[in-house]
Amino acid sequence: MINLPDPTASLLQVSDLRTVFRRADGVEAAAVDDVSFNVGRGETLGLVGESGSGKSVTALSVVRLVAPPGRIAGGRILLEGTDLMAIDDAGMRQVRGRRIGFVFQEPMAALDPVYTVGSQIQETLKAHGLAAGSAASRRAIELLDAVRVPDPARRSREFPHQLSGGLRQRAMIALALAAEPSLVIADEPTTALDVTIQAEILDLLRDMRRMFNLSVLLITHDLGIVAEMADRVAVMYSGRIVETGSVRAVLDAPSHPYTRALLASVPSGVPGVRPLSIAGQVPSIFDRPLGCAFAPRCPDRFARCADRPPLFTVASDRQAACFLHERTTE
Amino acid sequence: MTPLVEVRQLVKEFRRRSGLFGGGTTLRAVDEVSFSVMPGEMFGLVGESGSGKTTTGRCLLRLIEPTSGAVRFRDTDVLALSPRELRAARRHFQIVFQDPYSSLNPRMTAGAIVEEPLRIHDIGTQSDRQARVRELFDLVGLATDAIARYPHEFSGGQRQRIGLARALALEPSFIVADEPVSALDVSVQAQVVNLLLDLQQRLGLTYLFIAHDLRLVRQVCHRVAVMYRGRIVEMGTATDVFDSPAHPYTRALLSAIPSLTSDGGRTRIVYDADAHERRPLREVAAGHFAAV
Repeated sequence: MINLPDPTASLLQVSDLRTVFRRADGVEAAAVDDVSFNVGRGETLGLVGESGSGKSVTALSVVRLVAPPGRIAGGRILLEGTDLMAIDDAGMRQVRGRRIGFVFQEPMAALDPVYTVGSQIQETLKAHGLAAGSAASRRAIELLDAVRVPDPARRSREFPHQLSGGLRQRAMIALALAAEPSLVIADEPTTALDVTIQAEILDLLRDMRRMFNLSVLLITHDLGIVAEMADRVAVMYSGRIVETGSVRAVLDAPSHPYTRALLASVPSGVPGVRPLSIAGQVPSIFDRPLGCAFAPRCPDRFARCADRPPLFTVASDRQAACFLHERTTE
Repeated sequence: MTPLVEVRQLVKEFRRRSGLFGGGTTLRAVDEVSFSVMPGEMFGLVGESGSGKTTTGRCLLRLIEPTSGAVRFRDTDVLALSPRELRAARRHFQIVFQDPYSSLNPRMTAGAIVEEPLRIHDIGTQSDRQARVRELFDLVGLATDAIARYPHEFSGGQRQRIGLARALALEPSFIVADEPVSALDVSVQAQVVNLLLDLQQRLGLTYLFIAHDLRLVRQVCHRVAVMYRGRIVEMGTATDVFDSPAHPYTRALLSAIPSLTSDGGRTRIVYDADAHERRPLREVAAGHFAAV
């Protein structure tokens, strides 16, 4: 029997991922606490949450880039059938860059200040055996052109610091796409940018996704960006996914009290109407309440919340980790 | 009604000593900016990075010395004050900064940070000042046991409350709030914004609210001025500017905001500054000005 890949299977499957951080006194706590999600082929999953939700640590865990005092303590990560937890470091380096591209908030996290933009793209092409010599330099210019860097031949000979913030972001996207990855992880890709430049970069990411048939794991705190870019969304709070579903379903009728409160705190733009706030603050992972982590701030809490809620199925392809939905599953 | 703060033809130039092409170049960060803020008003100053909104706010308080122009606070010509007079006048106008992480002295307790302006202005006895600090902590919604703690022990939202308590210590009537919530998570932003609104009602404060979040500005500000490359390109009531934008840059800015109800099919307007002639502000409707 030949094992053919299942074309309907997810490109990325993350199951029961657990990433812990160790405090100076030796106490460990989970920044990512039994997180599971899938990203389908050509699909964009928005992983949304506030600071301390664990969304960025989740992204770093997927590519095994968690640095001490953090470590991945458990779980399974399958990329097109490859178990990323089982391969060695050299194999993992091949996966990063070749099969998974990165776009960060700060382009200088990906771009090396001492090499020209073109030479960094060429280096990636060469490292993955995709092109070398003049073919690589031609391809680098093509990629810069594809991400709409004006005058790409000249720009390819420039250093990152010579580019504006928006152009640097484009150069990083070109670098992320150089090896034609099937998955792009974009961690707050536009957070540092002005709103007009942000709109251009989001348009570009949308075009690139279509052109390269990319799957995207989009990490953001901005529900507006999720609404515009993602097919499905997973809302994280204090290291756990509290709600998942299609973007329109979740944003139009949130099932988890946290998602509801988060949506209500986004400025509505309605003059004279005060924004609603969530009382209190996100707990530290070292000081997380037992049971539901959101309960102390939740307007709907009841006795049941002293236990840790599992994800309940709310509707087809919709789940929420809240005991308010306990009965509906029976 | 007479304005509390009146800004006329404000200019701030920065000289760059060795420009790319040799010699010195001059950058006009604030270019003939004029506006008035009415008592009790929350006046929004919006724009992208490099628009000059932060420099404008700092010039008003002379934290940066403007190159030319006039700033009038009540009956005082702010730019004519001597350094000593300026220090005394600073009681009446204060600033709250964007970054709650770098704007508080890490070596001082929260209580000492809030008390410092009272000490500098030599107000009250030590026990008077301590009583006032407790009052201020209460006013901004901080527990009094926070007085003895250090900035690193607080979350971002709590640090903004400390910064606000310090700004309020001398009972100012005017506060420049420079991106006071943009470093905060959205759920915490609303807490701080609502505190600013509560304090405005209770203390009759007037704010210059500098921000880049247009939805928030629209929601909380009475009037707004949109800045682009050092100049005000549009000004009016929040409703006028956001519902009937007259300047192409304002339209472009509004079209770029991601919307919760959007499905990506947004039509984006791109502003090409070079395609538009530079024009002075004119009144396009009653109280609504645009550089068109």
